[in-house]
Parts: sequence; structure tokens; C-alpha cells
Amino acid sequence: MSMLARIQVPAQARRGDIIPIRIAIQHPMETGYRPDNFGRRITKNVINTLTCRYNGVEVFRAEMGSGVSANPQLQFYVRADSSGEFVFDWVDDSGERGSERAALAVSG
Amino acid sequence: MSADRRRFLISCSAMAVAPIWTVAHAQHNPQREALLREITGGVEVRIGRVVVDTPPLADNGHSVPLRVVVDSPMTATDHVRRITVLAERNPRPVVASYRLGPHSGRAEITTRIRLADIQDVVAVAELSDGNWWMGSAHVIVTELACLEG
Repeated sequence: MSMLARIQVPAQARRGDIIPIRIAIQHPMETGYRPDNFGRRITKNVINTLTCRYNGVEVFRAEMGSGVSANPQLQFYVRADSSGEFVFDWVDDSGERGSERAALAVSG
Repeated sequence: MSADRRRFLISCSAMAVAPIWTVAHAQHNPQREALLREITGGVEVRIGRVVVDTPPLADNGHSVPLRVVVDSPMTATDHVRRITVLAERNPRPVVASYRLGPHSGRAEITTRIRLADIQDVVAVAELSDGNWWMGSAHVIVTELACLEG
């Protein structure tokens, strides 16, 4: 199963701007409480960690549990300092990893 | 005194007492206190500076929009380090924890959470000076999460 993700980072910003970053990842975020069609509990499997690095520096980290909705959505903010790259990495309880990149051009 | 009248009086007095008990229960909440102690390591949490924004009435407990904003300048010397979201009446009360820093520029996160019951959603924030602040919002959920099957 591959994890489809949509990450929205503005393509450009002025130095010092605070930019919104939006993430949506396709994932069931299984709580561990839900039974399957045979009444057996489906094992808990959620994206437990998501990190955002901006030019190599970790600027945001989310540690999530089963209380986060399926297909998790997240919005947070980052101050644009310099042009460069955002790298997003996440991993779920089964060890499956996902990664996305986005470039930002900073002027001024 | 007839049995009906007696029953009526007893139920009246029960109704009069019930709200008082509820208020007392809300003020002293041992479960919340224990949870907060676990998260902060025993540091006192003050009420304020954290705004929890949710719809007061959510029709679907599987996906309740949540926005947490902390009043902070987000500078190198004064910023929010961590925001933790709690839903005490969920089977696992710690919903998520977010690490922020001066790079964030703004101490605000938006996401969607599951709520297994009508409850207060609580957010606690750890600031760079070591202080903890909290805010909460009461959410009424009409269709609860975690009840399928």
C-alpha cells in the first residue's frame, strides 16, 4: 500500500513571510478498536510521526495517535528565511514510510 | 403521604442535587489532573494563552475540525515548544503532540480529530520559558467515533 499525499507549500514567498503548509495523507489511521467483517479487531496502525525539515533543519514534528481522523490533514506555519527545500517524512505503526518534497523560492 | 407524592418529592430533590454534583465534578477532575501531570512532569498548568477552536456541535465524531492557537511572539527567546491535544473521554486520551519552534513564526495548528464522546477538548502548550498553559473547548458530538461494530 502506498501512501498518497498532497502537500501544499507556496511556490514563492518574501523573506520573513509566515507561510502556511498543508498536508493531507491517505491513510486509514486504524484505531485498533474497529472489528473487521469477521468480528476480529483490526490492529492499530496510525501514522505516528511526521516531520518537516526546511533546508535540513527540523521545523515541525507531529506525534499522532488514534485520536487523529482517518486521512489525516494538518496545517501549520513556517517563517520563510531563504530559498530551499522542504522535506516531509512520515512513518506508520507497521513501519511503512512516506516522503514528499517541495521547493520554496524566497525573494527580498 | 401517598406513595406517588413521596416518589415525586424524592425525584425533585434528586434533580435539585444533580447539577451541584456536576459542577463540583467539573472543578475537581482527577483524571485530567493525572493526565496533565504525566505530560508536564508535574509542572503546574495555567489556564489561558491557548485557544481551542472547534465547532460547538459536531455531527460526525470521526472527523471534528480542530484549530489550536497559542498567544506567543514565536521568537528565538520566546516561543512555543510543544502543543499537546487531549480528549479525556477517548479510549486513548492523548490525541497528538506537535513540536514547534521559532521557525514556525506562528503558533497555530489545524487538523481533524476523532471524538468518542461529548467532552472538553483540551490543548496544553509548553513555552520556551518552561511554563505550561492550557485552553479547552466543549464539543457536543451527535455521531460518536469508535462505536461502529
